[in-house]
Amino acid sequence: MIDRTIFRRATLAGAAALAMFGLASPAFAQKTKLTVYTALENDQLDPFKKAFEADNPTIEIAWVRDSTGVVAAKLMAEKDNPRADIIWGLAASNVGLMASMGMLEPYTPAGATALNPMFLSGKSPQTWVGMDAYLSLVCFNTAEGKKGNKPVPTSWADLIKPEYKNSIVMPNPASSGTGYLTIAAWLQIMGEEAGWKYMDALHQNIAQYIHSGSAPCVQAAKGERLIGIGLDTRGASEKTKGAPLELVIPKEGLGWELEVTAIVKGTKNLDAAKKLADWAATKKANELYAKTYPIVAYPGVANTPPNYPPNLEKVMVKNDVEWMAKNRDRILAEWTKRYDGKSAPKAK
Amino acid sequence: MSLAVPGLKVGLSRDDLMMRAGVVVLAGVLLVMVGLPLWALLAKGFEDRDGKFIGLANYVSYFSTPALFQSALNSLQVASVTTVIVVPLAFVYAYALTRTVLPMRWLFQGISLIPIFAPSLLPGIALIYLFGTQGFFKALLGDGSIYGIDGIVIAQVFYCFPHATLILTTALATADARLYEAADVLGASRRRVFFTVTLPGAKYGLISAALVVFTLVMTDFGIAKVIGGNFNVLATDVYKKVIGQQDFSMGAVVGMVLLAPAALAFLVDRLVQRKQVALLTARAVPLVPRPKFARDLFFTLFCLLVSAAILAILGMAIWGSLIKYWPYNLGLTLDNYDFAKFDSNGWDSYWNSVRMALGAAVFGTVLMFTGAWLNEKTRGFGMMRGVVQLLAFLPMAVPGLVLGLGYIFFFNAPNNPLNFLYATMGILVLNTVAHFYTVGHLTATTALKQIDPEFEAVSASLKVPIWKTFVRVTAPICLPAILDIAIYLFVNAMTTVSSVIFLYAPDTKLASVAAVNIEEAGTTAAAAALCVVIVLTSAAVKAAHLIADRFLFARLQVWRRR
Repeated sequence: MIDRTIFRRATLAGAAALAMFGLASPAFAQKTKLTVYTALENDQLDPFKKAFEADNPTIEIAWVRDSTGVVAAKLMAEKDNPRADIIWGLAASNVGLMASMGMLEPYTPAGATALNPMFLSGKSPQTWVGMDAYLSLVCFNTAEGKKGNKPVPTSWADLIKPEYKNSIVMPNPASSGTGYLTIAAWLQIMGEEAGWKYMDALHQNIAQYIHSGSAPCVQAAKGERLIGIGLDTRGASEKTKGAPLELVIPKEGLGWELEVTAIVKGTKNLDAAKKLADWAATKKANELYAKTYPIVAYPGVANTPPNYPPNLEKVMVKNDVEWMAKNRDRILAEWTKRYDGKSAPKAK
Repeated sequence: MSLAVPGLKVGLSRDDLMMRAGVVVLAGVLLVMVGLPLWALLAKGFEDRDGKFIGLANYVSYFSTPALFQSALNSLQVASVTTVIVVPLAFVYAYALTRTVLPMRWLFQGISLIPIFAPSLLPGIALIYLFGTQGFFKALLGDGSIYGIDGIVIAQVFYCFPHATLILTTALATADARLYEAADVLGASRRRVFFTVTLPGAKYGLISAALVVFTLVMTDFGIAKVIGGNFNVLATDVYKKVIGQQDFSMGAVVGMVLLAPAALAFLVDRLVQRKQVALLTARAVPLVPRPKFARDLFFTLFCLLVSAAILAILGMAIWGSLIKYWPYNLGLTLDNYDFAKFDSNGWDSYWNSVRMALGAAVFGTVLMFTGAWLNEKTRGFGMMRGVVQLLAFLPMAVPGLVLGLGYIFFFNAPNNPLNFLYATMGILVLNTVAHFYTVGHLTATTALKQIDPEFEAVSASLKVPIWKTFVRVTAPICLPAILDIAIYLFVNAMTTVSSVIFLYAPDTKLASVAAVNIEEAGTTAAAAALCVVIVLTSAAVKAAHLIADRFLFARLQVWRRR
């Protein structure tokens, strides 16, 4: 069958192209390459990697970094053949779900007992270990506030006042973990009935439910909106960059969530992964976390990153992470029914 | 081996057998690249979260939520409005390019392509700078807001315009001048000529353009996510389920619903194609427009206006990439181009993108053109060719994140012999080629339809194997279309995000993904800067193509002239 030559040639060309572009990354053996899945901020990756590798010269970190939702979806889609060795910096609620699906390798890091117990999974051995807490607060654009003569709010209750009509953005809880922890906090502080009533009223003032937890404070920072309810770290970093922003801590308290470390079951580099899990629970590592986050797992490593309101740990609401995970589907369904079905953007 | 024994019923020639074997191989390749990965995800729609089969329960629960109908209606509304705006706009623009005498035609043609070169983040950022709360032209919107349906439609029009223009330019370029001469001689009015000759001649192009624009809008979530406000569409519903809640079962259900318009597009295309046959014969004479002052002036002004709108959006993004902190510190800086400051991969992700785009262009073009040729020139074998045609049409209707997740499920399965590809550059190339298969396949098919089948008949009677005709005659004649496909794949590979975001490995991160990450981190200016670098790269590649076309390949195309 000489006539098949053309096909053989085409297949060869295709294979050659794939080989050229696929296998062009040579592996420099010696070091153990540890694949770390993370949703940490981009600018944290380099310092974290350098600090860990300095203490563990035989291990090299290879990051796979994306937003929380993408990383969580990727981990869960890879469940049957995991590619990650360890998770370092992903929301506890996502990792907790993976623990319940048996996707994690339980391991209690060497220094775990020194950590604040609130930051531990509570299982023995631990399924995950917390690193830091992040909060959902209110970002208020003072420049736009002055222009519109709008006062700075001081409580969640203030946000339903008619003067803020259509000037608030918050994350859509159906697409953002920050959005969910925000409404879960309201339901927990106010109680379910009052909580939903509050959201009904707040809905009148919401200009948009955004599909991201960091975007609301960015939009407030850029004056696109007067008020953004969202991720604390982003508000602080925008302010550092020069945004006319005030970070408001509503007096009723703040919802929060943990970032955690967890070893993925089935990793081929279990020893190296354990080393990272140990290191991630040290005081030294916590000092690194504290550069961006005001509240970290290691007691006494207190630091207020630039432009953060002080003493945040005092305003964290009593948050039942279990309750949040168990009621998630029910709350999101109710929320979607009440607010998400309304599609038309409101006239300004 | 000879099968055709004289006196018996006519058997299959060696060429026929070879072609059929080729079609089978092609169907297999497409099954691996498109069919099986898609099924790997869509099958989740029939399972609960723990992977147990539950039949249609997910569909029942989805169809009983009122939000679905709202999202579906919204999707249809945005897609229809965009189509109704884009297709006439692109038609007039394409008419100007092909049927009138424009000064600097090449420039207008080039500008019309700019939106394809840009990641969808770019119009999002530019529109917020132009029409957002702090935007320069906010007043133009009156009481309206850019966040919502207005914003989505403007951004989609920008994004879809080049696709429609490309298709319509091809459709209008292949007119038979003899029809116009006849109409002229018979004294038909210009109106009448337009409605009885021009429009019917471009009918197939118009329908294709409308279908492509409609499906593009239906499946795109990037624009709706950035600028959509509270306006829910089906594509953002998939996003909420898959990224927001990691609920693959419900994500698969919405993904399946989104396939409906594609199925429709496939059927319409089949019906129209059947009627399209032999509109253009080997004896057709190309139409060359003659100058006419008033007409040319009108169309030049029209093109200037459209080009200005496109350039305004690009210009705004360029300016946005050079400012320090929008909107409170408008000082200029080049710092935003130092990508290492915003993403640990720095410029590496850019070079990864270039490598990936080259790989996709080479591999994809060979596959798409050879595939289209096999499917067009094989005689009989209708069933198998129908399968290929369907698999080639599917990718257009699949939202990128559905395809990307499907690739994880399929290629990462422990028992898949191909799982060595996972987390390599190879899988990114494969995924990108699959994602953009439809348009490349359509372009190749259109080009092949223009060639007189006499060539094969003559070759066959001269006992030249059909593959020799393919290499020596068919491929060289189709060189312009082949290059178009390669460029199309290259520029799309540079900008694609939604599918590859699930598939890159630590050392294969792409610039388009990095731009999204940088934007999410709040450094909009740096994201704009990376988008600008991507646009300039694609524009440079396209410019090189145009120059090569003019000086090197013109010789091969002399036969087309009168």
